[in-house]
Amino acid sequence: MRFKTVTSPHVLADRSVGQVMRRVLYAMTPGIVALVWFFGWGVLINLALATVVALVAEAAVLTVRGKPLALYLGDYSAVTTAWLLAVALPPLAPWWLTTIGVVSAIVIAKHLYGGLGYNPFNPAMVGYVVLLISFPREMSAWLIPYGVGQPHALGLLDTLRIIMGGTGGITLDGLTGATPLDVLRTKLGLGLTVTEIRNSPVFGIVAGHGWEWATLGFLAGGLWLVFTRTAAWQIPVGMLGGLALIATIFHLVDPLRYAPPWFQVWSGAAIYGAFFIATDPVTASTTARGRLIYGAGIGVLVYIIRSFGGYPDGVAFAVLLMNIAAPTIDLYTQPRVFGARSG
Amino acid sequence: MTPPFPFHGGLKTVRHKTESNRETILPGSVPERLVVPLRQHVGAIAKPLVQAGDRVLKGQMIGQPDGYVSAAVHAPTSGRVVAVDQQPVPHPSGLPDWCVTIESDGQDRWIERTPVDYQRMHPSDLRNFVRNAGVVGLGGAVFPSAVKMNLSGHCERLEQLILNGAECEPWMTCDDLIMRERAVEIVAGIHILAHLLQPREVLIGIEDDKPEAIAAMNAACSGTGYQVRPVPTRYPSGGAKQLTKLLTNKEAPVNGRSTDIGVQCFNVATAYTLHRAVAHGEPVISRIVTVTGHIAQPRNIDALLGSSFADLIARCGGYREGVERLIMGGPMMGFAMHSDGVPVTKATNCILAVGADALVEPPVMPCIRCGDCVEVCPANLLPQQLYWHARAKEFDKIQDYHLFSCIECGCCSYVCPSHIPLVQYYRYAKNEIWALEKEKQRAELARRRHQARMERLEREQREREAKLRQKAPPRTASPLDGATAGQSPAEPALAAPASIAVNVERSE
Amino acid sequence: MMMIVAIVALGALAGASGLLLGFAAIRFKIEGDPVVERIDALLPQTQCGQCGYVGCRSYAEAIAAGEADINQCPPGGQGGVAALADLLGRDPKPLDPELGPEKPKMVAVIDEQSCIGCTLCIQACPVDAILGAAKHMHTVIARECTGCELCLAPCPVDCIHMQPISPTITTWKWVYPAAEARAAA
Ligand code: SF4
Ligand code: SF4
Ligand code: SF4
Repeated sequence: MRFKTVTSPHVLADRSVGQVMRRVLYAMTPGIVALVWFFGWGVLINLALATVVALVAEAAVLTVRGKPLALYLGDYSAVTTAWLLAVALPPLAPWWLTTIGVVSAIVIAKHLYGGLGYNPFNPAMVGYVVLLISFPREMSAWLIPYGVGQPHALGLLDTLRIIMGGTGGITLDGLTGATPLDVLRTKLGLGLTVTEIRNSPVFGIVAGHGWEWATLGFLAGGLWLVFTRTAAWQIPVGMLGGLALIATIFHLVDPLRYAPPWFQVWSGAAIYGAFFIATDPVTASTTARGRLIYGAGIGVLVYIIRSFGGYPDGVAFAVLLMNIAAPTIDLYTQPRVFGARSG
Repeated sequence: MTPPFPFHGGLKTVRHKTESNRETILPGSVPERLVVPLRQHVGAIAKPLVQAGDRVLKGQMIGQPDGYVSAAVHAPTSGRVVAVDQQPVPHPSGLPDWCVTIESDGQDRWIERTPVDYQRMHPSDLRNFVRNAGVVGLGGAVFPSAVKMNLSGHCERLEQLILNGAECEPWMTCDDLIMRERAVEIVAGIHILAHLLQPREVLIGIEDDKPEAIAAMNAACSGTGYQVRPVPTRYPSGGAKQLTKLLTNKEAPVNGRSTDIGVQCFNVATAYTLHRAVAHGEPVISRIVTVTGHIAQPRNIDALLGSSFADLIARCGGYREGVERLIMGGPMMGFAMHSDGVPVTKATNCILAVGADALVEPPVMPCIRCGDCVEVCPANLLPQQLYWHARAKEFDKIQDYHLFSCIECGCCSYVCPSHIPLVQYYRYAKNEIWALEKEKQRAELARRRHQARMERLEREQREREAKLRQKAPPRTASPLDGATAGQSPAEPALAAPASIAVNVERSE
Repeated sequence: MMMIVAIVALGALAGASGLLLGFAAIRFKIEGDPVVERIDALLPQTQCGQCGYVGCRSYAEAIAAGEADINQCPPGGQGGVAALADLLGRDPKPLDPELGPEKPKMVAVIDEQSCIGCTLCIQACPVDAILGAAKHMHTVIARECTGCELCLAPCPVDCIHMQPISPTITTWKWVYPAAEARAAA
């Protein structure tokens, strides 16, 4: 009898790339539900549109590159990228905005660099930054949080109509507004103190009204990711720790100009970024110590960009910057090999 | 901290121990034909002492140890030698190797057995006796035990003597069974090791999923001062380095030996064979083999070395339907065999038949750098980085990431969500690096020999010219010129006497 | 004004880069070991003369002197060319096909029945790997044979042939694993 000969091990754990990616999608749902509740159907429409565009783009590139379609579409990596980006877009973003973002993410950021596993930059964040730089106006048109469950909510069809290009006779001006971090930024520029600004209606208990609940949803999902060991705990801990630390320092120095650390951590995309964006394994650091450093770097950069840079939130830029640093961090944080003397 | 001291990484794997450990060890039978490989150990292949046609007795030495790191090979039963030639052996390559084939005469007649009194023997005589009894590590590594019984200056005195009964590989139960049934003899073997190595303490590490073995060993050790230490069930706790860390919190240095930290580690079955050899004069001619997996009645067999895998499987009721892979060793580190027509050797601790249902061969995807492999690597390496460089064939860089600290435990491949055959990449890279190294040495040898030749030719030319100038009659090539080729005084080390040429093939 | 500043700035930048590059060229020049040694170390030492020189060392000297190209050693193969190109900072090029193909390593074997003991092969062997006295059977020291084939031609009875070195259990190597899944794979 002849037998198959292959290398050990001959048993494998029941795991796959698809499983990892699917878990990320599950973990996003609580946050998404909260977003839909406060910001309306647009969130869901964006997600659906992004998913379709991502799958089509992925399939097209895979065909061109001569890769097996079923295998790579089944790894859910394209869908994950699409969702990660879609959640970060304004709920009434026009269809072409979503499309351009997703196509940039999949085609340029992912496949031009070699596809799954080879991209040095987080694809979703590349897509986001492309949009932010090219279409700053559209990207800042966030809805005021009056969602599905709220009075004055836009219906599903109206939302769809707006996204597809028509205004449907509805004037958007009354519906959209600046994001809480925008507000903080502009008003600080006008010389107001943090405490005064935080009395404005866009703010809720801890951070932005409505936003804070979405953040709670993402935190829940993110913790689940960490507990199932799908995401490395060091990255969110490093990032939120770094952000909180630097925010605390500045807040202590000048509490009137610098928002308190809990506000910083709970605002904008910090939690979402810490658990979902920065933890993208392909572009992050892979050593235990490296991940802490990588996360902390993002946290600090986020704070610097928020407080001193040209954009209200800096998660995307911070992640991309640290992506560049990841290989170097890995090089200098190699673990001590078994039996090696100290070090 | 109190023991056990956990090592980094490792896994909880499937167990599958109960399939084969419910029944006692099945005594071996004597097959009609035994194919006994001359290379059953790490080191130089044994020199055959018999020829086709010779009659041999059970326990008679048929292969002599060749050098320090080598071990003897013995006839497992009495009979007639029918061939000394290349036969298939259990090796991942499927290539043949030198074997002595013996046809049994059915009488199973022992050669005269001479037990020795180890307490009165000079240590080096005892080590020689052990080498000639063919005692090697039976945990699978088959390193000649005599070599490990010599501290050779690595430490003054042994701190800990560790007996490895961890048996962390799934499916495998041969050590479990031998500890349950032959604990007293194992302890007798430990006495010999302790006598020779004079350790401060003797620790016996057993994974805590083997309560019967722990109880048996505890009973056998009472009054000896040897300590039975259960360790948590976590693969690869049976790796010598990992077990040492678990029991003593000491790590054998990179590129060093365990004796550098005052530790030496033997498998429990090795201690048993040592006792049989010393106290009964019986060399190693059989071993316990777990036959399990997709087999009618999985069991442990006390099999004669040289019996074929097929014989053993037949004694266990044969294969169940749909066997696809036959593995020697455990599923984590074992080697897939090309056929079941290969003989049991001292390294055959387990024969595992795997059915199609248990075999998943998922497609290989790119590395997503998830770092799961880093988390489980007991050597604390960066497997994804090793993979990256092995894949790019960057053999310099891969050594910067300590490729040679990898123990090939397979933990990284086991967890990899992209199903990358990481261990194969590492084995490939190690083999290439060794081959390149050998090639370099060969080239260096050729370079020096060529240089020596050029110098010799030049010298001869000069001599000829000198003679011509002395108007001496021109000298014709003497018949000895050819024979002394290469014996240039400039390169005495290279002056190869003819006897080397005869040995060359074997010492490769 | 702006333009002048820009030109000056760019000029300064270019100058600085030029200095840096020049410094690097001096600093990182191949030095220490004479180049010949380092080239020789990369050659396979088959000593076959296929490159057109008497042995690898002469070829190394010729390369160092700029007389020979780096693609003339068939036993070294494409890998050897790449290594030389790397050492000398040149572009690798394909092996010169006129000098013979890249072959797997072989070893010479003398048919001991037909050998007449003429010693001609002994004189041809560049590494003195053949043993034997006149009128007595000759034999090749397999470990020292480089597979150069130089002994084949001189043999008057054609009793030497080349044998491929087949892998044994001690020389067998694990193969490079199959790559990631591809389309229609
Ligand atoms: S487990 Fe596999 S996919 Fe993850 S980092 Fe290691 S090699 Fe890459
Ligand atoms: S096989 Fe090597 S790299 Fe992989 S986990 Fe084991 S020791 Fe680490
Ligand atoms: S062709 Fe032959 S002699 Fe010339 S360098 Fe190559 S191996 Fe040496």
